[in-house]
Amino acid sequence: MPSFMGYKRPDGRYGARNLVAIVPSVTCANDVAQAISRQVNGTVAYLHHQGCCQLPPDLDRVTDTLISLGKGPNVAAVLIVSLGCEGTDHARMYEELCATGKPVEIIHIQELGGVTKAIREGTDIARRLAIRVSGLQREKADISDLVMSIKCGASDTTSGIASNCVIGAVSDRLVDLGATVVFGETTEFIGGEHLLARRAINGQVGQQIYDIVNAMETRAKSIGCDMRRGQPTPGNIAGGLSSIEEKSLGAIAKSGSRPIQGVLDYPAFVTTEKGLWIKDTPGREPEILTGMAATGAQLMCFSTGLGAPQGFPSMPVIKICGNPHTFERMEEDMDINAGLVITGERSIEEVADEVFAKIIRVLGGEMTKNEAIGYFSAIDIHCLGPVI
Amino acid sequence: MREEAIALQANGLDNVATIFAEGIVDGIQVTVLNSSGKRTSLTVIGDVPYGHKVALVDIAKGEQITKYGEEIGVATHDIRAGEYVHVHNLDSMRGRGDLEKEASNA
Repeated sequence: MPSFMGYKRPDGRYGARNLVAIVPSVTCANDVAQAISRQVNGTVAYLHHQGCCQLPPDLDRVTDTLISLGKGPNVAAVLIVSLGCEGTDHARMYEELCATGKPVEIIHIQELGGVTKAIREGTDIARRLAIRVSGLQREKADISDLVMSIKCGASDTTSGIASNCVIGAVSDRLVDLGATVVFGETTEFIGGEHLLARRAINGQVGQQIYDIVNAMETRAKSIGCDMRRGQPTPGNIAGGLSSIEEKSLGAIAKSGSRPIQGVLDYPAFVTTEKGLWIKDTPGREPEILTGMAATGAQLMCFSTGLGAPQGFPSMPVIKICGNPHTFERMEEDMDINAGLVITGERSIEEVADEVFAKIIRVLGGEMTKNEAIGYFSAIDIHCLGPVI
Repeated sequence: MREEAIALQANGLDNVATIFAEGIVDGIQVTVLNSSGKRTSLTVIGDVPYGHKVALVDIAKGEQITKYGEEIGVATHDIRAGEYVHVHNLDSMRGRGDLEKEASNA
């Protein structure tokens, strides 16, 4: 049975990283969170743009998503940075994160007397948290302790033939080994939802798949225009994808072939049920990467054709490139060359072997290219209603 | 690397194939490779960029266009076998708020 070396958390999960998360409870606290994170080694900040002047369901969604991010196994300790007057429930955030058994602290900018004082106090707290967690040693964890998220971005027609098929093969192997795999991008189920619904473990889950696709498509159609250019994007179209249906059918290849256990809401953390899951997310990088990290994923496998470089602060992202020309041009950002499937030099299974080996190394601490270059500050939380 | 230009038919039901080669111009011959490894020859009509599609058979206006064995859209013009297929002659049937708006205004 494959294993990896991870940081054991109080809930029994194993982290692939050992980070102090600086969590602004509202976008108005971002600059303080960023200043603290820049100053203190071993920290990351979630610089999102939500948390106030939104309708209550969205405020709950932001609160829940930030709690789930803090629960993630790659996070060793949390510092919440609150402004004081925001719409999110920072008190509940603090309580629920304290209940994980991790060290959790909170500061309020207004209460501390302003930005510079909050940066000073937050930096002091973050320094203590970083030192406190830094001595933790990695322990052996079973591969079934892995929660892997998957995504495709900046797709072209190579994605559905090469890189997504590679991720599908890896996903099947991990599910068979008892791990958890989560995929999303509900927009990119449009046209392929019947194929996914057929793989649902029961009729109720199958219906949920139709329901989330219908809700996403209805939201898009409510604007009264053709969705093209939004989805597929101009880049997708330049890459040969003619319709959302074609993009979707290629995109769902990355989910492999195993049964689908259920559908998770955007802010939800994984349950204890392993196997293949769907998370209801849009396709855009800042929002889906946040949603996937909030699932508790230790890492993401990210397929691309045209070359999408984005990552996430607390979730290493392995870039698997299906287009051999893109890999050649953007090798500095791409971890795995699945373009060799297109050129006929490798089989899907051979590239899947390479990805599997990389996953184990990344879980044990090896950096991905995206992680080494630190390209991951543009994150956001997917909300449904208006900013008011 | 493959020497010949391959047009890949992902599923036996597909009426289009994807060409992963550079320099595909009008009149060039490509090899269609189907999912069971069978090879046939096809003359391309139009210039086709890397990773874009051609029709494998004649497709009449209004007919379904199939890839991966599933519908990816509908032909907006009559398309000849070998012809370049993309947004100029294939229309998506999903996420079409414009069609619903037209229908509700009619």
